[in-house]
Amino acid sequence: MTITGTGSRATRALGLVTLALCALLALLGLVLSPPDVAMGEAVRLFYVHVPAAIASYAGIAVVGVGSVLYLWKRSLTWDLLAAAGAEIALVFTALTLVTGSLWGRPTWGTYWEWDPRLTATAVLFLLLLGHVAVRAAGGDVHTRARRSAVVGLLATVDVPIVRYSVDWWRSLHQPATLSKLDPTIDGLMLFTAFVGIVAFMAAFLWLLVHRFRVAWLEERAEEQTLVGAIAERRAEGGRS
Amino acid sequence: MWRDALTVAGRDLRIEFRSRVALNQVVPFAFIVLLLFGFALDPDRGILQKVTPGLFWVTVLLSALVVVQRSFAIERSDGGRDALRVGGIDPAGVFLGKGAAIVVVLGLLEVALLAAVAVLYGAPLRGWPLLVVTAFVSTVGIVAPGTVYGALASGLRVRETVLPLLFLPVVAPVMIGATRAFEAAFDGSSAAGWRWCGLLGVFAVAYTALGMLLFEPLLEES
Repeated sequence: MTITGTGSRATRALGLVTLALCALLALLGLVLSPPDVAMGEAVRLFYVHVPAAIASYAGIAVVGVGSVLYLWKRSLTWDLLAAAGAEIALVFTALTLVTGSLWGRPTWGTYWEWDPRLTATAVLFLLLLGHVAVRAAGGDVHTRARRSAVVGLLATVDVPIVRYSVDWWRSLHQPATLSKLDPTIDGLMLFTAFVGIVAFMAAFLWLLVHRFRVAWLEERAEEQTLVGAIAERRAEGGRS
Repeated sequence: MWRDALTVAGRDLRIEFRSRVALNQVVPFAFIVLLLFGFALDPDRGILQKVTPGLFWVTVLLSALVVVQRSFAIERSDGGRDALRVGGIDPAGVFLGKGAAIVVVLGLLEVALLAAVAVLYGAPLRGWPLLVVTAFVSTVGIVAPGTVYGALASGLRVRETVLPLLFLPVVAPVMIGATRAFEAAFDGSSAAGWRWCGLLGVFAVAYTALGMLLFEPLLEES
């Protein structure tokens, strides 16, 4: 594989599509779609909140797949992909938590409610922070890759168990806050939600590709520096 | 693999028996945590008694952190880790052995803690079969990821600080499940408790299997 820059023609096209979709989402979500009967204007947060949550789960899926494939194939490509997935998932879980709390204020009257989804997302956020912390701790690239793959795998397996246990625990006290999109929901609102999901997934892919390419180039740059330094020392030796 | 596990567990427990670090340091640590909860929540017995299951498991989790750290501090001193690798011991055996030794130490600590909460918090200890089974599967569920992360963190310069960050979020489901199961046992409503116990069992089995698979790549590192 040869990568010469952080983007390519295809990623630039994807970037433009993402920007257009975000503009469309802003128009639909903020202007054209009507306020909800029950939730009022607060419903607009959902066009960001739900897609962000979906993108964060997509991110952790990338971490899981990348970790397993690294341990199997021992190719740094998979390690870098998992790392990119973890960082982006971290951003989207943070966004999910913030929008969830903002939505909770007018709806529940508090910024934080022990809602199963929100609680599970908070745990997911911490799991991802652990992954990023292990990567930041440094070390030889393959050692770091092995450690991150182990952390990534343990965290990925934990996600469904956390979801299940939190769901079960909270359902003893209160019904799920918003179980599904109401089937009687306004057509334009449903369409806006759909555009939101497509726009966020496009943004997710764009970020993933770019983060991966930056990480890949970083590896190459480090290698080149090392090779260059060795060559320089050799040349010095030749002269004397 | 099983024989390697027994060897490693035997060695770790022998070290503990001779050094008495768990007895002299971890048990008093757990005890002071119980006292701190008493100070924080006012020894108004109503509150403490009500939240005993949660406090018990928080104390166990914090103690597990200390015990896991101790278990891998042993490996770092005197080149224990290299000896394990050079000795040709199966990595899965190392995982099971170290894990088993930690389970034994934590299990004994839990017995002491149960006696302590009965006395200090006036907790009504009831539903013994559920209590014992829950304690066992939860301990295995705590120790399995703890052992993996202990090995992982011991190779890092930031080991003391990164271990809690890795370990505590992963065992969040154990904290929930074990607390609910204990509550059910104390209330005398075992049926709900056994369901939680099942979830804890799944967690313990999944993470033990993962640990056996993943210990090899972890021991490879220099």
